[in-house]
Amino acid sequence: MSQQLLFVCRHSPYGGSNAREGLDAILASAAYGQDIGVLFIDDGVFQLLPDQAPASLPQKNLSANLSALPLYEVERIYVHSESLRERGVPFDSLTLEGLQAVNSHEVGVLLSGHEQLLSF
Amino acid sequence: MKFALAIHAAPFSSSASQTALKFAQALLAEGHDIYRVFFYQDGVHTANELVCPPQDEQNLCREWQSLARAHSLDLVVCIAAALRRGVLNAEEAERYDKAAQNLAPTFSISGLGQLLDAAVKSDRLVTFGA
Repeated sequence: MSQQLLFVCRHSPYGGSNAREGLDAILASAAYGQDIGVLFIDDGVFQLLPDQAPASLPQKNLSANLSALPLYEVERIYVHSESLRERGVPFDSLTLEGLQAVNSHEVGVLLSGHEQLLSF
Repeated sequence: MKFALAIHAAPFSSSASQTALKFAQALLAEGHDIYRVFFYQDGVHTANELVCPPQDEQNLCREWQSLARAHSLDLVVCIAAALRRGVLNAEEAERYDKAAQNLAPTFSISGLGQLLDAAVKSDRLVTFGA
């Protein structure tokens, strides 16, 4: 059976409002008890970097919200390994609990395996 | 088939908003149902009644209103995104002590739960400008 909702996060955390408003939508959906998946791909992988310090911009730190995902029982969190490699980010440097690396083929399986996609 | 539309792009600065309107018109012409149109991110600017495009250009806000009236569409604007961008109904204008409200008639303001509800209850969710 296919799963309901997959959120696809494609943008860097502070260059625009996509990451922030996407995360708002993710947390709202999780708060309603939906079984959701979250995929970080392209520049979206930058949202996962540890030690973000955007206070001087000033912007709120999004990674604090991200780390709340397990508390909302969001257990299916994926990151596209090729996107990480292209940007020189080692998977081992990411600290988000429950994060799984997926290759391009597995991304395709994820996209086709969900009823609805929400892209940010 | 039951569709939901999510519009994330601003009117005028992106063609995504025009495409969404055309798509909605085509769906209704083909006999499909539109469960809800949810305006999020810069899409909330679509509901700003104060936009004044030149006479010979499209007024997306007005076109959504007439489509909504003709087909009883549920046009919902995300409250968090709208407040950040200065799109307010009378109630929110009073709450935040603002002198004016600018939410166009036929649009309503509500929370992100309405986007989730639309995604879950529709056969297809189509996003514009993501």
